[in-house]
Amino acid sequence: MDLATVWAAIIAFGLMMYVIMDGFDLGIGILFPFVPAREDRDVMVNTVAPVWDGNETWLVLGGAGLMAAFPLAYAVVLSALYIPLVLMLLGLIWRGVAFEFRFKADESHKPFWDKAFLFGSATATFFQGASLGAFLNGFQTDGPRFLGGPMDWLTPFSVFTGLGLMAGYALLGATWLIVRTEGALHDRMVALARPVLLILLAVIAGVSLWTPLAHPAVAERWFSLPNLIFFSPVPILVGVSALLMLRALARPEPGVRPFLLALFLLFLGYSGLGISLWPLIVPPDISIAEAAAPPESLSFALVGAVLIIPVILAYTAWSYYVFRGKVRAGEGYH
Amino acid sequence: MFGLTALDLARIQFGFTISFHIVFPAITIGLASYLAVLEGLWLWRKNPVHRDLYHFWSKIFAVNFAMGVVSGLVMAYQFGTNWSYFSAFAGSITGPLLAYEVLTAFFLEAGFLGVMLFGWNRVGPGLHFFATAMVAAGTLISATWILASNSWMQTPQGHEIVNGVVVPVDWLAVIFNPSFPYRLTHMVTAAFLSTALFVGAAGAWHLLKGNDNPRVRVMLSMAMWMVLAVAPLQVLIGDRHGLNTLEHQPAKIAAMEGHWENTPGEGVALILFGWPDEAAEVTRWQIALPNLSSLILTHSLDGHYPGLKEFAPEDRPPVAVVFWAFRVMVGLGLLMVGLGFWAAWRRWRGRLYRGRWFLRFACAMGPSGLIAILAGWYTAEIGRQPWVVYGVMRTADAVSEHSALTMSVTLAIFVVAYIFVFGIGTRYMLKLVAKGPEAGEDDPATDAGASAPRPARPLSAAPDVREG
Repeated sequence: MDLATVWAAIIAFGLMMYVIMDGFDLGIGILFPFVPAREDRDVMVNTVAPVWDGNETWLVLGGAGLMAAFPLAYAVVLSALYIPLVLMLLGLIWRGVAFEFRFKADESHKPFWDKAFLFGSATATFFQGASLGAFLNGFQTDGPRFLGGPMDWLTPFSVFTGLGLMAGYALLGATWLIVRTEGALHDRMVALARPVLLILLAVIAGVSLWTPLAHPAVAERWFSLPNLIFFSPVPILVGVSALLMLRALARPEPGVRPFLLALFLLFLGYSGLGISLWPLIVPPDISIAEAAAPPESLSFALVGAVLIIPVILAYTAWSYYVFRGKVRAGEGYH
Repeated sequence: MFGLTALDLARIQFGFTISFHIVFPAITIGLASYLAVLEGLWLWRKNPVHRDLYHFWSKIFAVNFAMGVVSGLVMAYQFGTNWSYFSAFAGSITGPLLAYEVLTAFFLEAGFLGVMLFGWNRVGPGLHFFATAMVAAGTLISATWILASNSWMQTPQGHEIVNGVVVPVDWLAVIFNPSFPYRLTHMVTAAFLSTALFVGAAGAWHLLKGNDNPRVRVMLSMAMWMVLAVAPLQVLIGDRHGLNTLEHQPAKIAAMEGHWENTPGEGVALILFGWPDEAAEVTRWQIALPNLSSLILTHSLDGHYPGLKEFAPEDRPPVAVVFWAFRVMVGLGLLMVGLGFWAAWRRWRGRLYRGRWFLRFACAMGPSGLIAILAGWYTAEIGRQPWVVYGVMRTADAVSEHSALTMSVTLAIFVVAYIFVFGIGTRYMLKLVAKGPEAGEDDPATDAGASAPRPARPLSAAPDVREG
């Protein structure tokens, strides 16, 4: 494997860590409208309180890593997605401070910060999904130049993926809460998980049909032989995991299984997108090799990544281990 | 918006977001080292005052750190969204440096911040002190990477340009570029000085309020020793930095000094105040001291350095802003030196903790370090215009092609959100300061009021402060 591919793998891994980890804590904000009681909301927030900002740091690493390894892609993609990314970042800032201020504020200000938490989570997720949709649609480029307009990102497809990602994160959030809560809140999440799963499956089906129809290269990638055989496990596994999750949800105590299956579903969706795009980093024209920084930059930055990412992973695993177990009302971190 | 071009608006947006951001890391750098010193003193002398101060300031550190993290999130993306041609051109150098900054900052947060903020009763005193020291070292390492990147943009070397993009050929030359040692020492010293002024102002404020106790006194006393030592040192470093800038960016020096035409063989006067008029190419209403500028910049009475007219108009920085920002920084710096000596004199007379005028002055100087940092950065960054990578890439060629309308809308959103979010955060931080350090001050973990395992994240280390 050459250095550019190694870096593509590191960034893909970092982004996936971000999607699955920040995914479930953003999902908790998205689920707020279905859980009106303040006490329940406190429990929900407390399940992610110790870990959420560690989750978010993967996003910073993704940005810096992309700039270091693929400056051309960083330049084109980020300037094309200027507006949705600014709105996503502001959503994350709002939500980050709402996390704390909904506990620390005056009684009379608390409902405001609850709304800010919901609004920030939903905004950040929607614009992440919309950015993803715009990315899949591709950008008109000429070298480092983005030829499109500021609102090109906004298409029916990107709105669809924006809403779709909200469903995906909501499923992660609901299944996470099934693991971490008990009683009425737990049962409420079990009941919510089923319709959310069905919506997510519809979204996955929608994207799987929409992209090959709109982009012949994607259709070619999936539906030509022998690729059709190589890649057929992806949709099959999606179906199997969905069925397993529905069965698990029907049990009296679903346990950790739905959450793991939800993670697996998101992973499958993510790898499906990877199959569609490879070896492009800015569809439809710029490949990983073309966007890569010079080898002097890639190897220099790789030393730091190889030394430090394992430490971050070990610490992350440890902190999840420390904060395991069910969270009860009135017991928390504040 | 107001006849500004998309380029102007992009620059304002970057200036606005980074001005908000820089304040928090500057205090983070200073407070982390201050906390390490306090904990070291506590372990050495076993005086509970140092422990109480440690716990008090670590809560403020926690809030400040969190605000630095959220405001920094935006910076990691802004190079791509707003400066895409710069990123495509020079990302191969600034990208890896930024990646190292993120990785080292992560490492610090992952490894040591949790122990520092939440581990007082969970690990031994030696290990806890080690964690604090590592956090302090980590903030300095982060600053080193960022300043290496910034300094490379000011005095680039160690690269080649191949097919229209920068290719690093010698990383040591890239990192240790000519202005890097000066910029790093100047900025780190500024962070220490700003923190000392902030801590000193907090002490003076409590004394003025009649909240006189040993903790507040130690706070003021340590801060004033620091100001006395560091403010004159900073003047010296600033002088060295200026000589370095004259060597590599003479147009910036000409703008800082407000000189349009210097005749070789004649000494250059030091313009104290004046109004640089860019259209007429003169500095009006000057109050100047003869030969002093030559003495400062060339260390001889009739030394020569170029005036602005020696540079083509399209290669000159905006003069008035640079001229005035520089004077704000230097003026505040001199006041800081004055504060240090005044405090030393009062200490010698045994009156450091009394005297309303002295305490009011120390209080008023609280934000002066941060203002001087901002003014200094404006001098450095506006003064290197019209270049983004000095002599290599112009700022006008670096900016993404967004319309003025797009830039106005996003700028307005940033301004509203930042003022609201960081306004609340800063107010909260000042409320913590106003509570003052108490005897037997709780450690942050106890204050977070939890029975269950605690989250190792910064804001939770700060206690609740009721509104109003």
